[in-house]
Amino acid sequence: MSNLIPHLPALQVVIPLFAAPLCLLAGRTGLAWIIALAASSAATATAMALAYLTYHNGVISYQMGGWAPPWGIEYVVDTANAFILLLVSSIATMVLIYSPASVAKEIRPGRGHLYYCMYILCLTGLLGIAITGDAFNVFVFLEISSLSSYALIAMGGQRKALTAAFQYLVMGTIGATFFLIGVGLLYMMTGTLNMADLQTRIPGIQDSRPVLAAFAFITVGLALKAALFPMHLWLPNAYAYAPSGVSAFMAATATKVSLYVLLRFTFTIFGAKYAFGNLPLHWVLLVPAVLAMFAGSFSAIFQRDIKRMLAYSSVAQIGYITLAISLASSAGVTAALIHIFNHGLMKAALFCAMGCIFYRISSTRIDAMAGLGRQMPWTMTAIVAGGLSLLGVPLTAGFISKWYLVQAALQSNLWWLVILIALSSMLALVYVWRLVEALYFKEPSPNNAAVTEAPLSMLLPTLLLAGANIYFGIDTRVPVAMAEHAAELLMRGQIW
Amino acid sequence: MIDTVAFPPALILFAGAFLLPFLGGIARQAVALAAPLLTLWAVWLVPDGNVMTLGFMEYTLTPVEGDRLSRLFATIFTIMAFTGTLFSLGQGSKLELPSAFVYAGGAVGVAFAGDMITMFVFWEIMAVASTAVIWSAGTDGAYKASMRYITMHLFGGVVLMAGIVGLVAQTGSIEFGPMKTDNVATWLILIGFLVNAGAPPFSSWLPDAYPEASWSGTVFLSAFTTKTAVYVLLRGFPGTEILIPIGSYMIFYGIIYALLENDMRRILSYSIINQVGFMVVGIGIGTELTLNGAAAHAFTHIIYKALLLMSAGSVLLMTGGVRRCTDLGGLFKCMPYTALMGIIGALAISSFPFTSGFISKSMIAQGAANQHMFWVWMGLAAASAGVFLHAGIKYPWYVFFQKDSGKRPSEPPLSMKISMGIFAFLCIGLGVYPDPLYAILPYPVDYVPYTTGHVVTMLQLLLFSGLAFFVMLPYMKRTLTITLDFDWFYRKLFRLAAREVVDRTSTAHTGAFEDADKRLSQLIARIFKTHGPHGLLARTWPTGSMVLWAAALLALSLVFYYQ
Repeated sequence: MSNLIPHLPALQVVIPLFAAPLCLLAGRTGLAWIIALAASSAATATAMALAYLTYHNGVISYQMGGWAPPWGIEYVVDTANAFILLLVSSIATMVLIYSPASVAKEIRPGRGHLYYCMYILCLTGLLGIAITGDAFNVFVFLEISSLSSYALIAMGGQRKALTAAFQYLVMGTIGATFFLIGVGLLYMMTGTLNMADLQTRIPGIQDSRPVLAAFAFITVGLALKAALFPMHLWLPNAYAYAPSGVSAFMAATATKVSLYVLLRFTFTIFGAKYAFGNLPLHWVLLVPAVLAMFAGSFSAIFQRDIKRMLAYSSVAQIGYITLAISLASSAGVTAALIHIFNHGLMKAALFCAMGCIFYRISSTRIDAMAGLGRQMPWTMTAIVAGGLSLLGVPLTAGFISKWYLVQAALQSNLWWLVILIALSSMLALVYVWRLVEALYFKEPSPNNAAVTEAPLSMLLPTLLLAGANIYFGIDTRVPVAMAEHAAELLMRGQIW
Repeated sequence: MIDTVAFPPALILFAGAFLLPFLGGIARQAVALAAPLLTLWAVWLVPDGNVMTLGFMEYTLTPVEGDRLSRLFATIFTIMAFTGTLFSLGQGSKLELPSAFVYAGGAVGVAFAGDMITMFVFWEIMAVASTAVIWSAGTDGAYKASMRYITMHLFGGVVLMAGIVGLVAQTGSIEFGPMKTDNVATWLILIGFLVNAGAPPFSSWLPDAYPEASWSGTVFLSAFTTKTAVYVLLRGFPGTEILIPIGSYMIFYGIIYALLENDMRRILSYSIINQVGFMVVGIGIGTELTLNGAAAHAFTHIIYKALLLMSAGSVLLMTGGVRRCTDLGGLFKCMPYTALMGIIGALAISSFPFTSGFISKSMIAQGAANQHMFWVWMGLAAASAGVFLHAGIKYPWYVFFQKDSGKRPSEPPLSMKISMGIFAFLCIGLGVYPDPLYAILPYPVDYVPYTTGHVVTMLQLLLFSGLAFFVMLPYMKRTLTITLDFDWFYRKLFRLAAREVVDRTSTAHTGAFEDADKRLSQLIARIFKTHGPHGLLARTWPTGSMVLWAAALLALSLVFYYQ
């Protein structure tokens, strides 16, 4: 075992990467599931090991194939991306455990193995984005994850899934292209793609127009991938029409990874001083973030489809994360990372619960699920736990997020921002309550008379994710310690 | 034998709440009655000072920190939980009692919280659990009231949390001790506390929500939320002068609205605000005597207010849900025991000599006199007469005497009678022999309630206001009126908002809104227009226009950066 440890960064990506063709070759849904689950579990274990190692021993650098940078691709793990790797891989594993029943229902027969192939490929892409220390390599993995997610969304049962996937494809490609243009400009000016080298070379030429343009292209491209208001319009449909498992996985991870890259570029590569001191990035992020908090929440209140409602709530939550980033302080970055983690937990639990309901009644419309609370008490429990966490009630993960966010705003002496945060969090009450009201207080529809609780294979992971929302609301040691350490590294703009 | 307890006593009640749904019959009753008693036992084993610490985020919490004040409040909260449980054994709702246990546990938790975070956590647990208590009445009115209730409390919670975070950011300490209102953070904390105390302009959530709970639910509700607010004010803001006018306002607000009210439990709800007003004034004056008085008054108030609401709850249960004074009357013939209990409670709330109200409220009045606060003292005296009018005479008179309403309900079941008996005994017992209560107050007591002067003054006051009631009886007759309160603004506003949301989002778009305030619905319509499923901000856009947004944003950032 011990001789594997130096190669953990490579294994993090290589294991799921090789599992993808195996899933395809397996040809049978069940077998593909086992392969995907094994690979995803291995990725989770790797991420845990990496997180432990880097937290205690400092930054881990790995040269792919022994090629030294800047020619070779370097993988770099510090606490910031180890945190993301941990979130992505563990959510992926939980959702995989959850998937078989929902795949059997939602994916056309004979295509199950393709679903798992794409799923594990998407995971590869997301992990790769997080772990790589090479700017161009980020683009490559961005495309791997995006292309596979377009396919995954298109697998959704309704025909609208195709339009949603197509729109996401166009928007995602534009985002990726913006990012690529930015990286290209940087390469033109510095002659390197390695992030550490970029970091040392940019300061000398930081006021040149190509670098400014590169900065604009990269930030806008990543904001588009992260669905920052007003570039969020692709997201609601993509999440609403995707298969249940895909919604849960993507809502919890995909936009978060883009936000991580945004953090990495602004804080490590360009440097906080440059991005927020020389350039007005805080306003460029703050204004859309505040708008997102309100527009996202208001839109969520009026949605008739609960998956769409959750998607709009994600838009609002991304607003909170971006808001925290825009404070450009250690406390702000900590708050952003903590909320990235906690929001992943909330949305994974809630989308999984929606999947359970869809499994039984083939709809996620709010009228269709009236009165289901008594027939599906455990699913309901998960929804209430996730909902309370979304509201930020104490003893849930959401409270921790809110606490750090308010604290960060206060440290920057922005009382008016605290008021806005408070107001918009009251909006969450309205849409969460609407859901609870429909499930508990509305007259059950006669069509649902025979509905029973979702199968255990779906219920158990859903409840585990819901339980994680409670657990991480009480025992905050791991996320808080990692987020604080990561924020410290990012703020220092430490040279790898 | 265990001689100290090193865990939050609230956990016993939480465990009870967790067990209850799985039990039935005798086992359920046994657990339901044992849990509060066990908690009471644990409360008295909590030693002074900090018992345990707990790491949470980057702070070290002190979830259990005992002192005289904490123990006093925790004691009355657990006694209340026990008697309330006994009263509600016949309650059909499966949700109510577990929620009430969590609610009571939250209150006990706040009482022992040594730091702001623990306090806030239990505070929010109370908000959620008390909402569930209102819910469990199961009526449409209760559901709507619970919605308004939780909105108000989560709002208060957010304000409180912002204040706590701000204070922690300034001082670096999470300790929960006396604070000064000299910065934004402590002001926010004070506002957060006052929301729960029912202070203006947030008074109306209380009479709005409490009467909508079930016949037993209201009994629980009356005890915990406002009295934990009194507790945290005692701990955090003793001697804060702004509390004197706030409390005085609450006193008279409660009296006036209670006099105008027709629903018997709403009368008693307004009188909670009135009574909490006395305590808030006592805290505002801030001498040892008045702080003692406020604490003692909270203790006795929980008992007699619960007794009053138990008698009202019995009437409600036995008449099959008659709430209005105009529909009641003459019940003393068929419910003599309940009527007697109601009268004892009414005498206690009027601080009649030899009842518990007398020995506690007079401490606050005496404290005001000692500080030569003439107007405050005058106000308190006048208010005592007002309390006698609205709660002391009005409630029993219209419910149990007055005309014969023709109703012939029987007495409530034995368990309800016993629980009322316990509290009636405490009302009179503490009134005659206050020493046990004085012995556990936060400061040493050298106050003698029964001097001739006190008793005579009080009796004169009560006699004359009683006389006034019957002289003015024709004017006091309640008709079917609706009293407008401050909450009209946000209730009306909120109801319209909620209805708009429901109508827009359900497929059956029923009816027009005759009473709709046009401008408001226009505003919501506008938000809906922009944010609704087909709105500008939420509809499925053509891909081209999405791209346009991205391009516009890119152009904008380029302009920004190139400057």
